Formats: sequence, structure tokens, C-alpha cells
Amino acid sequence: MKHFLTAAATAAAFSLAGAAHGEPDPADWEAVLKEAQGETVFWHAWGGATTTNDFIAWVGERVMNDYGVTLEHVKLTDTADAVARVVAEEAAGTDEGGAVDMIWINGENFIALKDAGLLFGPFAEQLPNWALVDTEGKPVTVDFTVPTDGFESPWAAAQVVFIYDSETMDTPPTSAEAIAAWAAENPGRFTFPQPPDFLGTTFLKQMLYELVEDPARLQEDAGDDYAEVTAPLWAWLEETTPNMWRSGRAYPASGPRQLQLINDGEIDLAVSLSPGEATAAIANQQLPESARTFVLDKGTIGNASFVAIPYNANAKAGAMVVANFLLSPEAQLRAQTPEILGYGTVLDMDKLAPEDRAAFDTLELGIATLSPAELGTALPEPHASWMTRVEQDWLERYGVAN
Amino acid sequence: MPDRGFALVPGLTIALLIGPIAAGLIGTLLPAVGYLRPGGGGTFSLAPWQVLFAEPGIARAAWLSVKTGLLSTMGALLGCFLLIAGWQGTRVFSALERLLSPLLSVPHAAAALGLAFLIAPSGWLARLTSPWLTGWERPLDLLIIGDPGGWALIAGLLAKELPFLMLMALAALPQINSAARMEVAQTMGYGRTRGWALTVLPALYGQLRLPVYAVLAYAMSNVDVAIVLGPSTPPPLSIFILRWMTDPDLALRGPAAAAALLQLALVVGAIGAWRILEIAVARIGHVAVATGARGAGLPDYAARGVGLAVSALAALAIFGGIASQIAWSFAGRWRFPEALPSSFGLRSWDRHGPAALDTTLLTLCLAALAALLALILVLGCLEAEHRRGRSLGQLGLLVLYLPLILPQIAFLPGLQILLLQLGAGMGFWPVLLAHMVFVLPYMFLALAGPFRAWDTRYATLAHAMGAGREGVLWRLRLPMLLAPILTAFAVGMAVSVGQYLPTLLASGGRITTLTTEAIALSSGGDRRAIGVWTLALTAAAWLPFAAALLLPRLVFRNRTGLRHD
Repeated sequence: MKHFLTAAATAAAFSLAGAAHGEPDPADWEAVLKEAQGETVFWHAWGGATTTNDFIAWVGERVMNDYGVTLEHVKLTDTADAVARVVAEEAAGTDEGGAVDMIWINGENFIALKDAGLLFGPFAEQLPNWALVDTEGKPVTVDFTVPTDGFESPWAAAQVVFIYDSETMDTPPTSAEAIAAWAAENPGRFTFPQPPDFLGTTFLKQMLYELVEDPARLQEDAGDDYAEVTAPLWAWLEETTPNMWRSGRAYPASGPRQLQLINDGEIDLAVSLSPGEATAAIANQQLPESARTFVLDKGTIGNASFVAIPYNANAKAGAMVVANFLLSPEAQLRAQTPEILGYGTVLDMDKLAPEDRAAFDTLELGIATLSPAELGTALPEPHASWMTRVEQDWLERYGVAN
Repeated sequence: MPDRGFALVPGLTIALLIGPIAAGLIGTLLPAVGYLRPGGGGTFSLAPWQVLFAEPGIARAAWLSVKTGLLSTMGALLGCFLLIAGWQGTRVFSALERLLSPLLSVPHAAAALGLAFLIAPSGWLARLTSPWLTGWERPLDLLIIGDPGGWALIAGLLAKELPFLMLMALAALPQINSAARMEVAQTMGYGRTRGWALTVLPALYGQLRLPVYAVLAYAMSNVDVAIVLGPSTPPPLSIFILRWMTDPDLALRGPAAAAALLQLALVVGAIGAWRILEIAVARIGHVAVATGARGAGLPDYAARGVGLAVSALAALAIFGGIASQIAWSFAGRWRFPEALPSSFGLRSWDRHGPAALDTTLLTLCLAALAALLALILVLGCLEAEHRRGRSLGQLGLLVLYLPLILPQIAFLPGLQILLLQLGAGMGFWPVLLAHMVFVLPYMFLALAGPFRAWDTRYATLAHAMGAGREGVLWRLRLPMLLAPILTAFAVGMAVSVGQYLPTLLASGGRITTLTTEAIALSSGGDRRAIGVWTLALTAAAWLPFAAALLLPRLVFRNRTGLRHD
């Protein structure tokens, strides 16, 4: 009944809220805290993983205790659902008291909302904990090469890694060529999530990086030379696809599905954007204890997970408080703990208090997680225009090939 | 005076449906021709249709929709008929009948997930036989789930729709005096199946027609089963609509709306084709009567065998799937080719159980309220129709069945916009309203046949003994119809429990039901969590059916003829 009562209470509260107060000013943090007290924040976030759901529930307990903010996790199957909601509200003229207070967002979803002017902010760089963020080494101010401009606040760092089962695979293939060669020797043992799934597209991006002649070109708009630049990627896919799981006639729907396929013994290699995912999945009994991770020799793409606040959010102050809490050393440390979430931190260790830094230093990253040194420096995301076209082309060639 | 009160109900019901439906339709039609763009405005344009038809794979997607819908509906209907024809009145039939309610109440998504785990190359069937029988240390690289031909999807839909059609048929059978018809046919030396097809089927099908159309429409446009079992290269049309509807690129709303209209046209076309098929089959039936062939002996055994095999396989698939969900919800490590988890534990239940219980209460509360309100309206409509001596009318009927024939994905976003305009964009009551749009027609479907088939000579007798219309309604008609009423109520609750898109869209994601939770989890890969939630979901849908079966037995323990069993 808890949900029922909450829903009823918020429905009642909505008739009163809205025009009652103006926009909270992120620069006046005391006022934000005061306004946030008693607010309910509906955080729309992907709800497909138990570990993430548990982490968000913990965040809810903590912000309730410290700031009197109630956090409700609206579990999405796809971030685009939340974006669609905000868009629909705007179309219907609901410019206040919207259903979405905060979205776990990045990439094209962020760009779509930012371009349409449907985000609240800028707020991220005024958050008190922003002072701790690693703005130099982590991709926290640019998302798909588009500047975030403070309209979204980072909460986890991600980087492409590959998960493999060390029991069935001795030497992991650490380049695009090696993956192709290995797949040819072991047909049916490799796949990736079907684009336009986020992770599937990321895999194509990663292979493009590997195969393209001049990676720097990917930082700019795709232009007339698109076909020429991407030709090696299509050649690689032409060679590899027939050697993939189900001969490339079917693909898993999402990242976690690949883990299930490894555990089922159907595949030996999976792509992931979370360096700690394998360790967390082992602890969660979703992967065999022999699972390990590796990165490619030439490096892998990194990005960050962000939270953004819609322009018509009902609890903007509360959402900022949650965003700020997510940047606290306490929350970041918990997120990085492998058995809990295993997400990379966006904080700069040099900016932390000594005891916080010590806590991060002594954190055991887990059996299947690479050390920051092994992970190497993350490559920046290519410009969004490349992926829109690669995605479309992949779909035409392989997504509807049957 | 009460007569006038009843006369208001059909209008109220139609108003309740027509608002959301009309808004949904407008919200679908306008974007398809260039209007109602986010941000307002727009001019007439065929661009959405050009985008739609230029989309790679769209023709195949449309064909998949038609093929999987028609084949699964035919299969389910045929299986249902062969089983009733060949086995009604036998002990085997009673056994299968008892399995019916639990079978029916397994929600689509849960059944699909269960089936997928059974038949996959690394699934339970392979695990149970490997490596000792098959020699497989690793699963074979076979394309079973998500095959481009859509056969796994057809199998899943068939298994799920067969119980629904069975229930509808069983509710109608007592009204058409099937036992007496069969007796006559068999006395004349007809085989069970042939005799049944010639004497019972024509009367029965008249009452089954609308449920069949609803099954056909659902099978062609569903999202949840298609996501789990259907192909993805390309997927059926409904998945394209879902993808475009929720794409951050707003320009895709137009093509999505156009695709929704295409889906609608396909559904209407398929129902038209089905109607022609009905007429053809009826002709064949007439010819068959005229030939006088008895169809006894071997043909009869073969037909009975097929009926039993199809039904038993459907039951096995769904129960096997549920059993696998139970196993996963208690599983520790479990790798291929182990037949069972290497350890069991309560960890998943500890972790997800309390939240699942919480959500179960809300889900049931919502479902019961929706079914209760819908029941009042449905009974009111039917009684008004009885008293006025005429039915809702063609237009009224069309409105009533539109939510079932119109693909959900086609008009729900339009409904969402309406709710937002009304300032009721989220929370419990909009969800209730949205659920009722779907619960009401299904309950009408479930109840109209039995209600209309009620023998009015009882009423004549009662009137002769001095009873008024109210007396007849409350003291005769409703009590005699208790079993169908409870069944309809359970159907209504199950429909509410299973709603995904209406819940998501009308609540702004703020009302979490067991279905939204299970489907959110199904996009991830945690089979243990999925196990816990799908079991809670199945239980929530199952409880009302159990009550619908048990209550008449308790109430009518001294009146066997009223039990409908």
C-alpha cells in the first residue's frame, strides 16, 4: 500500500504545488536545501538491474535522513520513455508540476532535451560537491562531444571493457582484428546487444575507433567522407557477422542479457560499459567465478552517466539535492564498491579529504575489475553525427537482413 | 423509474469509452498527416508515410504481424475446438478444465519468459537432457527464440490464447445446450469430433466470434510477447511503433502514427479476411451435413489426438515456464548444463519479496476497483438492452470493441495528452480510467453471451407469479448468472493486472504495478529477480479466477445445476 498512499498524497499535493514558488536558484544552496525539505523526487532511471535498483533505494534512504527528501525510483525499460513523457507534457502545455523530476540520462537523449530547451539549469557546476569532481581526467563536461553546459550532473564514470570467461578462453582478443580472428575460429561464441541499444551502438563505435585510419576525424561532424571513413568498419562486420552467435540472425536485447548468455554457456565474450560490472555480476551469481575483463590495446571509449532535471520538474530543489548527494564521496564510494555497483567514480582523488581518499584507496576493486592503470585513459566519444548514420546503416545491412 | 435509470447506463458507458478513444484516435490520426507536432502547429503532409515506407524491413514487419496473428489465432481456435469436441465430458477433459484458470491467469509476459527459458538451446529442456542424453557440454548454436520466421512467437501466442478461448467457450456452452446436441449427433452415428463440428460449433461460434476477433487483434499487435519471443531482425510492426513512439527524435512521432494506422488497417483487414473464412467454413459445413459422412473411427481418433496434443503441449509449456520461474527465484549458481541450480536459497525472495508484496496489494486494489466499476456498467448496459428490447446499437458496439481492435500502442499516447490537458496527468485515478477502457470491453465480451442467452421464460414465469422487473433481476437473473459474472470479474481483474502501456502512460510512471515492474526487469538479465516478480504477477492474476471457480461451488452447494461445471 505504500505506493498507493504515496501516489494519492502526491496527487493531492500537485493541485497545490506549481505556481506557489518560483524556480530554485542553484547558487543559493541554503535556499535549495530549505525548499527541498519535504519534497518528493521522482527519479526516472533504468530499472533493469537489481544492483542499480538497490543502490538507488539506498540513495533514497540517505537523502530522506539527511535532507528530508523523499526519493521515488521510477523504473524505466528505456530512458527514452522519460524523455517522451517530458516532450508530451510540453506538447500539452504542462510547464509546471511535471511527472519527471530527474532522469538518468546521457548521449542522444540528453542532446534531444537540451536542444529542445526542455532542461532546467544550468545547475550542475553550482552543486557544492562539484568542487570534488575530476573535470580534467573524466568525461564530465562533454556528452557525445556536446558540452553539457551544466544542464546535467555526472554521477558515474563508464568505460568500455570486454567480459570473457577465462575458463573457456585463454588469451582474450585485444584488438578488432584479434576479435575477428577469434570469432572465425570459434563461430557462434560472440555477439553484442542489437543496435540501437545503447551498448550495441557503443560496440560499433568502439570498432569504428579501432579500424578507422584517423581517430581524430571522429571528433568532428560526419560529412561527405562518411562512407570512406567508415568503410573499414563495414568490411570488418561483413567478415565477422556470419561467425557470430546465431550467425548474426538474432542479437541479445541488452547488455545484461549478454551476461546471461555467458552464464548459459552460449557465448564467451561480452561488451560492457561498466568496468566493475563483471565483479558485481559474479557476486550476484549472474556470472561464473571465472569471468574476467580486459580492454583493447589501443584503448577504449569512456563516458559518464549523468542526471538531468526537466524544465517542468515539480521538485527541482529536491532533485538538485539528490544530484549533489550522488557526487558525495560517500555515495561515490558505495557506487564503486564492486559487490554493490562497481561503477567508476567521477571524483578527483586529489580534491578529496585525506580520510575519503584513503577509503577509495583501500577499496578492493574485485577479482574481475581492472585497476585504473590497466584500464588506461579513456578515449573520447565520437561526435553524435557519426553514430546516427552508423546506427542507420547497421540497421539496413544487418538489423533487417532476414 | 428504475427503468429510466438503467436507460442511462449505456450512454454513460459509451461516454466513458468514447472520450479516451476519440482523443487517442485523434492523437494518432493528426500526427500521421503532419499535424499535432510537439510544440504545436503543422501543415498537411504525407512525409510520415514516406518515412514509414522507406524504413528498411517495414514490409516484412507488416507481414510478420499478419502471419503470426492469423496462424496463432487459427491454431489456438482449432486446438480449443478439437479438445472440446473430442473430450468434453471425459475425465481427461475435467482434468484439463481444472488447469484452465491457472493457465489463463499467467500473464503474457510471464508465459513468454518461461517458454523462452524452456526451449532455448541452453534452456531447461536441453539442460534436463544434457550431457547424458545429447552429449552437449555446451549449448548448440541454434536459432530457436526470435527466429526470423516468427515461429517461436506463434507458439507462445497459441499457448497463451488457447486457454482464453477455452474459457470463453466453456462459459457459452451451457447456454446452447451442447450436451443434447451431441447426444442427437452421436445417436445418429456421427464421430465425436464431426458430430460436434456439425451440431454444436455453429451455435457456439456465434457466441465466440468477438473473443476470437479480440484474440486476433491482440496477437497481431502485442508488444510484450513479441519482445521476448519474436524476431528482431526485423521485429513485428508493433515493435517499430513502440520504438518510434518512445524515440527521443520527435520527428519519428509522425511515422509512428502512420505505422499505427497501418497496424490498424492490417487488423481490420485480417478480421475481414477472417469473416470471409467463417462464411467459407460455414458453406463447407452445409456440404458436410448433406454428404452424411459420419467421420467415426480413425478420423475421429486422429482429431481427438491432435486436440489433446496441442492443448497438453500448451499447458506443459506454460506450467513448465512457471516451474522454471520458481526454480530461478530460489536459485544460487546455475550454469549450463546443470539440470537444477547447484544451490538453492531465499536470497532473491529476501531481496525482492517485500517490495513485490507491496506492489501486489496496489495491483490487486487497482484491478478490483476497475473490475467492479466495469461490472456495474456492463450489467447496467445488458439489463437496459434487455428492458428496452434492443441492443447498444451498431455504433455503440463499435465503440465498445474499439479498444480491443485498435492496437494499444496506436492510441495510448493520444490518451496521455488528453489526461494532461485535463490536469490529471498522473496518479491512481487516471490509471484506473485507462485500465477501465480495456477492462470494460473484455468483461462485456465475457458476460454478454451468457447474459443474453439466459432463458427469459424464467422471467415470464416469475412475472406470472407477481415478481417485478427488479425482482427478476436481483432474485433470478443475477444469482443464476453468478458463475459467468464471477468469471467475467476475474477476466476483468486479469486484464487490469496485465496492463503495461496504459499504466505507464497514464501514471507518468508513478504507479508501479507487478506488470510494469516485471517488464522493466525483463529488459535486464536478472532471471532470479524476474522469477520473483513474475510469480507474484501470476499469483495476483490467479487469485480472482480461483475465487470465480470456488464461490459458485460454495454458494450453490445444494444447487448443482447453477454451478456451470
